[in-house]
Amino acid sequence: MGVTFLALYFFRRFAGFAVTLFVAALIIFLLLDLLPGDPARFILGINATPEAVAALRDQMGLDAPAHERFFGWIGGMLTGDFGISTTQRLPVSQLIAERMAVTLPLSLIAMVVSIAVGLPMGILAAMRRGKATDTALMVLAQTGVAIPNFWFGMLLTLLFSVTLRWLPTGGFIPWDEDPGATLRGLILPGLALALPQASILARVMRTALVDITEQDFIRTARAKGLTKSEAIWRHGVRNALLPVLTILGLQFAYLIAGTIIVENVFYLPGLGRLIFTAISERDLVLVRGATIALVLVTTLTMLVVDLTYALVDPRLKGRDA
Amino acid sequence: MALVELADLTIAFGGRPAVSGLSLRIERGDRFGIIGESGSGKSLTALAIAGLLPETATVSGEVQFDGVPLPADERALARMRGKRIGMVFQEPMTALNPLMRIGEQIEEAIALAELSEAAQTLLPGLLGEVGLEPGHAARFPHQLSGGQRQRAMIAMALVSQPELMIADEPTSALDVITQRTVLDLITEICTRRHMTLLFISHDIRAVAALCSRVGVMRAGKLVEQGDTEAVLGAPKADYTRRLLAASRMDRQAALIKPHDRPLLAVKNLSRVYQQAGFWFWRNPPLRAVDEVSFEIGAGECVALVGPSGCGKTTLARMIVGLDSASEGHMVLDGSPYRGRDLPPLLRAGLSLVFQDPFSSFDPRMSMGDSLAEPLHLLGRLSGEEQAARLREAVEAVGLETGMLKRYPHEFSGGQRQRLAIARALVTRPRLVVLDEPVSALDVSLRGEVLHLLSRLRAEHGLSYLIISHDLDMVAAMADRVLVMEKGRIVEEGTPEHLFAAPQHRLTRALMAARLPDVA
Repeated sequence: MGVTFLALYFFRRFAGFAVTLFVAALIIFLLLDLLPGDPARFILGINATPEAVAALRDQMGLDAPAHERFFGWIGGMLTGDFGISTTQRLPVSQLIAERMAVTLPLSLIAMVVSIAVGLPMGILAAMRRGKATDTALMVLAQTGVAIPNFWFGMLLTLLFSVTLRWLPTGGFIPWDEDPGATLRGLILPGLALALPQASILARVMRTALVDITEQDFIRTARAKGLTKSEAIWRHGVRNALLPVLTILGLQFAYLIAGTIIVENVFYLPGLGRLIFTAISERDLVLVRGATIALVLVTTLTMLVVDLTYALVDPRLKGRDA
Repeated sequence: MALVELADLTIAFGGRPAVSGLSLRIERGDRFGIIGESGSGKSLTALAIAGLLPETATVSGEVQFDGVPLPADERALARMRGKRIGMVFQEPMTALNPLMRIGEQIEEAIALAELSEAAQTLLPGLLGEVGLEPGHAARFPHQLSGGQRQRAMIAMALVSQPELMIADEPTSALDVITQRTVLDLITEICTRRHMTLLFISHDIRAVAALCSRVGVMRAGKLVEQGDTEAVLGAPKADYTRRLLAASRMDRQAALIKPHDRPLLAVKNLSRVYQQAGFWFWRNPPLRAVDEVSFEIGAGECVALVGPSGCGKTTLARMIVGLDSASEGHMVLDGSPYRGRDLPPLLRAGLSLVFQDPFSSFDPRMSMGDSLAEPLHLLGRLSGEEQAARLREAVEAVGLETGMLKRYPHEFSGGQRQRLAIARALVTRPRLVVLDEPVSALDVSLRGEVLHLLSRLRAEHGLSYLIISHDLDMVAAMADRVLVMEKGRIVEEGTPEHLFAAPQHRLTRALMAARLPDVA
């Protein structure tokens, strides 16, 4: 029976995922396409000749009815065709894929570092609650949240690249040329991105674990013969990870889209810079494609979080999912 | 030598003593009961014996277990606790780790007890001893009933064959029938294993039924102790006498004669829930309330009794318009409704008082604001009219209007339940639904609140629908009793007739589960 519950839960989450994507696509389409103003004129600027505008409209298929264009766009995306960028004259899918090769590993590095640093910090602080270690760690975490990550990135560059010469100052070497070099180039920006994330994670983990520590079942575990810290390790941490999981999902989604300043500091051709350029150059096709790609990554992350919840928390299975 | 000896034990938090100068001996084989209301320090005393006091507590005096002071080293103390003391707590839902199977949790205790036998051989025997089936080991806590969870807790406490079992209010979160079976189980195990018991409760009758010796605690001090028969039969302390008096529920005189004209008629009411599942794996729908019909006359007090999960609360929610019926309908004062479609003005004629006065108030709203909320049902009232309504309600429950500026945490449990009743009265309702109105309160406060309820009924001509599994309270309050099981009403009658000659199996079981009166 548990298996059916789980299957139903997964099915519902997948359905929710599909609906979210569709609604997001609809909103993006309406915002960029149906709002007042001619997209072709918007792309070409005010000084464009009527002929040029008409030609572009024709090329973009803007004269077709709205629903045809919407479903045409959706249908295209389902076959991997996101349209052609009006400024770069390249398929949007190819542009996004190139940038994802930078942003995705960068975000993953930042996530791994922030988990590896933030969770133990939070656990340690919760176990030493009210003591000097706790205060010191939380002051550190507070500082980590307050320091701008681009500034931290520059400090890292000064230390590890300029003074010690261990790592490159910036730039991106494509993966197929020298994967080791690519990875080395991503370490410092990854660290810079991880700093505030790790600090937030430490605080969330501490709060969650402190709450759990006051639960009756920790007292039960101690009554069984565990010391307080053993009880927290064996029974508290797993329970406290549940709220942390949600934060992790949000952080990953934020990292994918929110790395632009750090990308600029380290001269990385990431997704953030692509979108920024597309907006400033009025490349609406690219903006539309990149936005839907971000929505896809975000909802996919949330889907993974939801499915992980179902595997970790047995209480979800019995309930009406 | 005494198994547990407390000498001049004082436990303080931030300089304020919660337990002061407590001296106590528990001999091997004793069944020692500590009686006292919430905040009397009885649970802290138990935690002190097990070395589980919060770190913020400052402790003086001595705790000796088997003639030796508790080890100072945390690990040694923890291991001693695991091997020699078993503990059962009040709330079995929160006392078990929600992410671990019952079997794993018991096996962990087995591993910590460092016994020679392998865990696999112990587990089935333990489950059997507490009345669980082997299959229960694979379940998670949320998949067990309250009574089964408490059985699992007891199994865990028994693992190491402890010399002392500490049971802190082990049954106050359970319904009457389950309470009785769990108490019987504890007695039986203590006898079989020759185990010493420290039993903590605010329920004198449970302590009287279980314990050979008893101590009465009040405000951190031991007021009286001795053999159960001596202390409860001829109490020396004034406080013990008052507790004893409060534990007996006297029949509240019916000051008014109910009218025959029905105020509320419930007609073939059902509430059906679709269960989780998918297409042909779908479980059959759950009939939480199944074709229930009854009437409540104006001024009548009707009680609805039954075990947890029998549909009592679902029925109440439909009557007050918080949920809608799947089939059937209700008629209030001549107007038919199905639940949520109850119009506001009629809705104002119905009120609901919840079980737990601690969680039924918004902690960030002043009492005045909380109490005034139901008034919106009456349309726009002037400020003076509102103030007058609040004053009337608060004075009716014996409190002062000055208190309305305060926030929920500033009140005691008894005061909060009075305020919850006041909130139910502001709209001047005709029918008040009381969902376990006193079961979250200490025994000493129950009588007070019940007395208040019967006075209000007489003064305002109220009708009550009381939902409870406490037969003594029902016998004291109700004109008529409905017994409910699995969504259906299985027996009905006046309390005198019903309890004297119960016909249905469930009514008999409920009667059998009653704890005997003290003295």
